[in-house]
Amino acid sequence: MKLRTFQGGIHPFDGKELSKNKPITNLSPKGEMVFPLSQHIGAPAVTLVKPGDSVLVGQKIAEAQGFISACIISSVSGIVKAIEPRLTTSGAMAESIVIENDNEYKKIAGFGVERDYTKLSKDEIRTIIKNAGIVGMGGAAFPTHVKLTPKDENGITHVIVNAAECEPYLTSDYRMMLEEPANLITGLKIILSLFDNAKGVIAIENNKPDCIETLDKLLTPEDKNKICVMPLKAKYPQGAERNLIYAVTGKKINSKMLPADAGVIVNNVDTVISVKNAVCNNIPLIRRIITVTGDAVVNPQNFCVPTGMCYQELIDAAGGFKSTPEKIISGGPMMGTSLYNTNVPVTKNSSAILALTKDEVAEKPETPCIRCGRCVSVCPSRLIPQRLQEYSNRFDNEAFENNYGMECYECGSCTFICPAGRKLTQSFKETRKSIIAQRKKK
Amino acid sequence: MSEQLYHVSSSPHIRSQVTTASIMRDVTFALLPSCLFSVYWFGLRALVVLAISVISCQAAELLYFRLAGKKRVAYECSAIVTGLLLGMNLPSTIPLWIPVVGGFFAIIVVKELFGGLGNNFMNPALAARCFLLISFAGPMTSFSVKTASSNIWLGAASVDGLSSATPLAVIKNAGNSTEALPSLFDMFFGFTGGVIGETSILFLLLGALYLVIRKVISLKIPLTYILSFSVFILINNLVKTGTPDFIGIARQLCGGGLVLGAFFMATDYVTCPITPMGKIVFGICLGIVTAVFRLFGNNAEGVSYAIIFCNMLVPLIEKLTIPAAFGLSKKGGNANGK
Ligand code: SF4
Ligand code: SF4
Repeated sequence: MKLRTFQGGIHPFDGKELSKNKPITNLSPKGEMVFPLSQHIGAPAVTLVKPGDSVLVGQKIAEAQGFISACIISSVSGIVKAIEPRLTTSGAMAESIVIENDNEYKKIAGFGVERDYTKLSKDEIRTIIKNAGIVGMGGAAFPTHVKLTPKDENGITHVIVNAAECEPYLTSDYRMMLEEPANLITGLKIILSLFDNAKGVIAIENNKPDCIETLDKLLTPEDKNKICVMPLKAKYPQGAERNLIYAVTGKKINSKMLPADAGVIVNNVDTVISVKNAVCNNIPLIRRIITVTGDAVVNPQNFCVPTGMCYQELIDAAGGFKSTPEKIISGGPMMGTSLYNTNVPVTKNSSAILALTKDEVAEKPETPCIRCGRCVSVCPSRLIPQRLQEYSNRFDNEAFENNYGMECYECGSCTFICPAGRKLTQSFKETRKSIIAQRKKK
Repeated sequence: MSEQLYHVSSSPHIRSQVTTASIMRDVTFALLPSCLFSVYWFGLRALVVLAISVISCQAAELLYFRLAGKKRVAYECSAIVTGLLLGMNLPSTIPLWIPVVGGFFAIIVVKELFGGLGNNFMNPALAARCFLLISFAGPMTSFSVKTASSNIWLGAASVDGLSSATPLAVIKNAGNSTEALPSLFDMFFGFTGGVIGETSILFLLLGALYLVIRKVISLKIPLTYILSFSVFILINNLVKTGTPDFIGIARQLCGGGLVLGAFFMATDYVTCPITPMGKIVFGICLGIVTAVFRLFGNNAEGVSYAIIFCNMLVPLIEKLTIPAAFGLSKKGGNANGK
C-alpha cells in the first residue's frame, strides 16, 4: 500500500537520534516557578491569587476568561511571590504569577484520586478537561475543551491523534508513545466517548515503527473496530493539522475552516495523555515532557518537568553546553522561537529546548531569487511563495490576499528549501499579522 | 551565563544545503560532457570559443558590478553558466571577437540592465545568440570546418570534411531522403555540423540526466516541449503526405538545438514560469512555436527564437496558471464542494 501523505513538504536533517533512546526522567525545580497568564490561544486567564497567598499542587491559580481560554494550575506548593511581567519564550514580557516553591508538594484534596470515565457524562468529562487547564500541546495551545465541544457533535467522524512529530529533533511524543501507550489509548477512548459517530486514528510517521508496533499490539480486536494505528510517510510538515487531516481522511480544509467542519478532531499525543490523566486520575495539566537537545548540549535527553520551571535549569540538568551555542530554540527548528535568554519558564506548549552550535540562518545570506520554483513545489498549501514575497515586500496586502497568502500557515518549508536564502516565511508572518490587524480594525 | 544573549531570528531556523551557487555548479557539471565532446569533434578552437565566452561574461559582470556599485552578497557562478551556454550556441569557426560581444550583451544588456540575476525576462545566452545572429548572420551560420589536412585545432570533424550545412539545413533545402543527410546514428552521437554544444544528443542527455537526479531540473518542460513538437510535426506529415514519417521526426529531434534548448535553456529558472501548470503550458507553447519556425520559417533552426519568444509569454502564462490554494477551489469556494 502506498503510504498516505500530502503534496509538497521537505526532508530536513531530523536529529532525533540524539535523544530518541533516552527515557523520560523526572526533574524537580530548584528556583521560583513562573506561570504566564497567557499560555494558550485566546483570552489570557485571570488570576485567582494574590501575592502572599499560599497555593497547593493542583490548585487553580488563574481562571479561564471568555469562551476560548484556559485556566492555569499550579504545579508546586508554596507562596505566591509576585504577579508581574516576566520574560517568556515569545521574547516579550508577559504578566505572570510567580510562586516560591516550598518543595513540599502538598496537594489539594482529591488530587490523584482515580475515577472511572465510563461512569461520567459527556458534560462532566468536558468540565474536567476544562478545569484541568488542558490545551493543545503540539504547539498552538488551543484550549482542548473548546476543541472537544464542536457545534455538530454527531458530525464528527474522526478523532485523530497527531503522533506525527514531524519537527526535527523532537522526541517527547515518541518517548511518551513508547512509555505510556496504554494511557494514550485510554485517553483516545475517553475522547471517542464524546462523539458517538467517530472512529479513532492514531497517525504516526513511518520513521517510528516501534511506536506503531507497540500501540498496535495494545489494541484488542474489539478496540480495533473503533481505533486504528495509521502509518504516514515521514515528511515535514506531516503533523500540520491540514496535512494530517488530508492524509488520514482525504478531506481538504482551508484556513477559514476548523477541522470539525470536515468532521475531524485532531489532538496531539501528550494532549490525549493529559486528558486521560485529568479524567481518570484527577491530575490536571501541570507537567510537560521536554526534549533538551542539539549539538551544543552535553547530554541530550527527555525530561518530565513541572510547568513554570526555568529553561536554564533543564539545560543544566542535561549537563549544560559542551560548546557555546550560537542559537537556542524553544520548540523545533522549523516553527520554534529562538531565545536570546534562557531564563524563561516552561509553559503548557513548550516542547523542546534546542541548542545549536551553528546558526544556519546567518550562514545562508539572502541573495536574489532565481525563480527556481522550489518554494512552490514544497509548499503544502500550494501557494507561490516567490510571488507572495514580492507582494509582501511592496506592502501590497490586497494582492497578497488575492493570491491566497492567508492560507500560509507559516510552516517554514519554503524558507528552508530556498537556495537563495530568501526569508519567505518571515515576510509572510509580517504581512499576515498586518492583514489580521487591519481586519480587526474594520 | 544567563546574561548571555544568543542569536535570535524568526523561524525556520534551519536551511537546506542547496544554494544558488551549488545549483549553478551542477548545471556547469551537466554541460561538461557535451563541451568535452565538442572539443574532440570541433577541436581546440571550440575550447577557445567556450573559454572566451565564459571569461567575457564573467568580466562583464565584474565590470558592471564595479561601475554600478552593486554589492555581491554571495558569489553564485551564474555568469559562468551563461557564458558556457552562450559559447555552446556559437559555431566553432566564429571570429573570436564575436563571443566577447555576445558575452557583454548577454550580461549587461539582457541581464543587469533588467535588474540582474532573477529579473531578466529573456534567457541571456539565447538573447545574445539571437542578437548575434541578426547582427553577424554570416559568421554565425557558417559551420564549415573543412581543411586540407586534419589538425587538432579544428578537431575530428575536419577529417570527415564536414560540409557547411547542418543536418536541418539539408532537410530544409533538399527534403528528408537526400543522400547528403548524415545517419541518425551520427546525429545522435553528434558527428554532424552545428553550433559547438548542440550536436551530441547523447552527451546532452547524460548531462540532463545528472540534473534530473540532482533535482535541479524537472522534466515537465523538456518533455512537454519535445512531445508537443513531435506531435505538431507528425500532424504536419499527415496533412502533407498522409503517412507518418517517424525517421523524419527523429531527425528533427536530434538535429539543431532542440535537446540543448529543451533541457538546458527552456528550463532556465529565471525565464520559465514558476507555476507547475505554467511549466506545462510553456513546454507546449515551445513545441508548437519551434515546429512552426522550423517548418514555415526561412531558417532551418528555430529553437533559440522560439525560446526567446516564449520567454516573453511567461508573465502571462504565470498569471493564468496560479493554482488555487490547498483546500480552496479557483472560484474561491472550498475544495470539498461545500
Ligand atoms: S525557492 Fe527561493 S529562489 Fe527559488 S523561486 Fe522560491 S524564493 Fe525564488
Ligand atoms: S511557510 Fe507558508 S508559503 Fe511557505 S511553505 Fe509553509 S505554508 Fe507555504
